[in-house]
Formats: sequence, structure tokens, C-alpha cells
Amino acid sequence: MSARPTFLLDGVEVPFDPGQSVMQAALAAGRHIPHLCYHPEFKPHGSCKVCTARVDGRMMTSCTVPAEMATEVESDTEELNDLRRTLVQMLFAEGNHFCPSCEQSGNCLLQALGYDLGVMTAGFRHLFPDRPVDASHPEILLDFNRCILCELCVRASREVDGKDVFALAGRGIEKHLVVNAESGRLGDTNAAAADKAMSVCPVGVILRKREGFHVPIGERRFDRSPVSDQASDFAPRKPEATRG
Amino acid sequence: MVGAKTLTPTAEKIRRLMHYGQILQSHALHFFHLSSPDLLFGFDSEVAKRNIVGVAAAYPDIAKQGVLIRKYGQEVIRHTAGKRIHGTGSIPGGVNKNLTAGERDELLKDIYHVIAWSRGAVHLVRQLFEQHLEAWREFATFEARTLSLVRPDGAMDLYDGGLRARNADGSTIFDHADCDRYWDLISEEVKAWSYMKFPYLKALGHEDGWYRVGPLTRVTRCDFIPTPLADKERREFMAFDEGRIARSTLGFHWARMIEMLHSAEVIKDLLHDPDITGSELMAGGKREARGVGVIEAPRGTLIHHYRVDENDQVARANLIVSTTHNNHAMNIAIREVARKYLDGRKLTEGLLNHIEVAVRAFDPCLSCATHALGQMPLSVELVDAEGNQVDRLVKD
Repeated sequence: MSARPTFLLDGVEVPFDPGQSVMQAALAAGRHIPHLCYHPEFKPHGSCKVCTARVDGRMMTSCTVPAEMATEVESDTEELNDLRRTLVQMLFAEGNHFCPSCEQSGNCLLQALGYDLGVMTAGFRHLFPDRPVDASHPEILLDFNRCILCELCVRASREVDGKDVFALAGRGIEKHLVVNAESGRLGDTNAAAADKAMSVCPVGVILRKREGFHVPIGERRFDRSPVSDQASDFAPRKPEATRG
Repeated sequence: MVGAKTLTPTAEKIRRLMHYGQILQSHALHFFHLSSPDLLFGFDSEVAKRNIVGVAAAYPDIAKQGVLIRKYGQEVIRHTAGKRIHGTGSIPGGVNKNLTAGERDELLKDIYHVIAWSRGAVHLVRQLFEQHLEAWREFATFEARTLSLVRPDGAMDLYDGGLRARNADGSTIFDHADCDRYWDLISEEVKAWSYMKFPYLKALGHEDGWYRVGPLTRVTRCDFIPTPLADKERREFMAFDEGRIARSTLGFHWARMIEMLHSAEVIKDLLHDPDITGSELMAGGKREARGVGVIEAPRGTLIHHYRVDENDQVARANLIVSTTHNNHAMNIAIREVARKYLDGRKLTEGLLNHIEVAVRAFDPCLSCATHALGQMPLSVELVDAEGNQVDRLVKD
């Protein structure tokens, strides 16, 4: 029996399988690397940059760099966590995130990461964008105010559901999530509540109607333990595992 | 909106528990932290001392009890809503949690202390009135019509009931009115000089129809309080000074402490009710596009009114909050202070705090009504009949 290859993550050996990214290997080994656009059932995207680590001295997104390329990875350092905190602060300032009244509070990856990284304020001037919600679908509510442009819904709709319900439009600061219908309304698409796209949002954009706040405070996902203690829940798995 | 006309017993009692916890903690905050400095040290006392820190130094036992009563109320909220602020316990159709046996027992452990301290607070206010009767009896006092919720049997109920409006002489304008159609009874006037609206009883018109809400109204206009200790205190309050304090503006504080005691008693009774640990949390019904909710919030009647469209989005919302109900009444109180303490030519520092004391009897939330340890901006302008400014005093 041959031993699996390893790399060092913050000084600790992490084994990996061929084809795994640094992120996938780390999470499978129970080691958390902060992230937002990564999802265990989807190909890496590398857009949020929160998982940026120092891989053999170079800054790289750990969700996209193959583990085979890494010998020594630094992730949990003051320098990198400062940068991550700044990224998260910018996301809070860029959208409209009112955690106390958000149905996703306690289950939100952005909020959980904010707590984990010690975000105490937005740190930047809030932009307060004007983003009307879309309640046109009988079962799903879209609140664009909380979108962090991770494209998970876009990817899920395209790759798993085969529907292309969502897309990103615009460029730079104007970039935003859109619904692929002439009216721009979810109610005019063939989206269904059982679609994979409706269950992957890491924040509070895609919400099931009439279910808000049904889980009491204390029993929500990130009430139970901080996101950094839930690494194994993010370990790679097949999309079908939670579909529907 | 979800059409649940009747909640499950567990849901209703958990909500009641949450609400009476809120009344308890809010009244403790209002009295001990924000108003007791005026009452204990005097309206003209040194500003640096006239705050909760000053109370803690001079009257440590009173301050400690105030802090602990408030903390207890917040714990009731936390156990029923999940958090002390921004809780999520109440959801459309019911609640998302009951009380566990452990949570119930934890709250039961201290409730008898809280009742005793609350009773002591009522007696403290009585002693203060006995000491300052002449000055406090008429302070910012005026005759007012009143509005409050009452239970079908006329008892005080801060969570549910029908609307009761009475004239200053106690005669009834309407009673046990259906909250669902409050707009048949109450309207709101807009005035060019204020962002706040001016609610009035429609039957009396906008000139004469203003009214007063809050603890003083509720304690004096209910037929009885359905817990023994608070009802005994209510009767003594109503009889004190031949009933004159029950009509005085500073009587708000006494009434507030009676309600705090009542809340503690209600909490005790609910904690002994097996329904609060029940598992039937949600009820359903036929969805409706309109919903009206009316409760007695700490500072008075609170009306929420929503209409949703076919997508469940709010299409229209109207809120009449306690402070708005009392808008005109507070203006009258300030006018009464001015009549007594203003010579018509010079604004004084003492006048500013007398204005604050009058507002604070109703409401600690207005910026000028809070005893902040730092800045308390307040600007008062004295204008003559021709509109010329005679004097101006600003407290930064």
C-alpha cells in the first residue's frame, strides 16, 4: 500500500488524492480554509478570492490550485486573514445586508465568515444599492440585496438543472445577478423550488417562501459551531447528494 | 396574513411570556436607568450626577435591583425569542420554539426575587410622591381622553383585547372595539411643522379628538388588574391623594411600576402553566391579504397594519406607535411646563430639564428624553406672537 502524497498546510501534513485542489484536500482532511464561492459539489470558481493562500510563497486561490503543485501552504496567518476580513467587509458594504432581519441569518456563509474573521464593522462606506426584490415566483423569493456574485446559482442552474435561469450581467461595480427571462422575473421562468439552483445560495438571495425563521436561534447551522469548525461539511461530494 | 385566527395554547402563551418579559425589562429601563435620576436627585440637580451611574453611587441597592429586573426581563425574551434583541421566536402562525423544562426552571429560580423587587419599586415611587406631593401633583398635568386595550371582562391585558376610549371624566366613548377596524375609530392628522402625525378619535374630530395612551391610561382605565399584588397597588394608587396623582403626568412612573409588578406576576403564572412546554407551535388558516395587529407596548397602544399583494410583498403598511399616539399629549405637557416655569422672556437651564422630565414621563426614546452620559442635544426657542425670536437656548 502506497502512502498518499501530502503537502504542508500551516505546518501540518495534509494528504490528497490526484486531481484535488488544495481547498478540497484541506477540507477533506478537516482543515478549514475560508471561502465563499467554493461549493463542495461544484467545480472551483476562484472568483471571491477569500480562499487566497500563500502556496510555496505565491498568493493563489486555494480552490483552484492543484494540490500536486503545492509543497507548503500558508493560510491561517494574520496577513491573509486581514486581507480576507477586508474582502468580507467590502461585500457587506457593497450590498444591503441587514443580518437581524434576514431569514438566512445563522445559516449564512458570509455572516459566519464575518464572525469567524472578527468583522466588527463594514469598514467602508456603505453603497446602499437600490435592488428591488423579485417575489414573482409562487415558491421562491429573490432578494438581490444580498448577492455576493459567487455564481453558484448560475452554475447550478446551468450544470445540474440544465435551465440557465440565472446569469451575471454588467461589469465591475455594476455587475449583478439577473434572471434569464424577458421580464427579468423569476415567475416567468421554468425555475422550480426543487431545482439545485434554489438550494445553493450561500447567503440570503434565494429564499423559500413561507419558511422564514422556522428554525429557532440556537439551532441554525452556524449557531451550533463556527464555520471554521465545520470543514468536513464542505468536503467534496457529488451534486446529487443533496439535490431536490 | 397566514390566516391563523387562533394560535395554539403553547404559541399564545410563549408570545405572552415574551411580551410581558419585554414590558418588564422596558419599564425597568425606563424607570431605573432613565427616570429615577430625576426623581431621586431632583429636576434641578447637578447634571453630572443625574444619571444611572449617579444612582448607583448614591442608591446602590436601588440601582442593582433595577439592573437585575431588566436583566431578568431580557432573559425571558432570550428564552422565548432566541436572543435578547432581534429575536425570531414569533413567526406567522405561531412560534418557532417552546420553553424547555430547563429554561422554565432557570426562569422560575429568580421570579420571586423579581416580584419582590418590583413591589419594592412601586413602594419607592409612592414614598417619593409622599415626599414631593405638592410639586409633583400638578407638574405638567392636564386632562386627557384615553385609549387602551382591555380584556373582554375589562381587565388589563397588554397582549390582546378590544379598544377602550374614555373621556377625561371617565365616561366611555367606545369600549371593546374591534382592533381589526381601528381606522373606523382613529385617524391621523398631518401638520406641516412636524414629521410626526397626530392621531385622533374620529368621532370627536382632529381638534378635540386627541388622547393619551400608556401605563397611566392602562392602570387607571382598566376595571381591574388580573394579578393580586398589582391590583392591590392599583387600588392604592387610584385612592392616593384623592385620586389626583392618578390623573397627574408624573403618575405615569407610579403606574409604570405597577405594570412592572403585574408583568412579573404574569410571568410567574405562565412559568407554572404546562402549555409553555407544549409541542403544538403552529396554526394555519386561509391566507388573507390584510392583517392588523394591536398590542399594548411598554409606552402605549401599538398598531401595525399591513396589506400584501398576490406575491406576498407588502403593498401598504401603516404603523401608529405609542409615541405617535401620545404626540399631542406630550406637546400639551410641555406647554404646561412652559406655563409654570417660563416667565415669557428668558429660557433657563432648569426649564430645559423640566421639559425633559415631562417628556420622560411618557417616553424615554425621544433624543431629548434620554439621560445619555455624554451629549444630549436640545434646542428651545422662545418666539413671540409675531414670530420674533425672543430667546434661544441650546444644550449640546
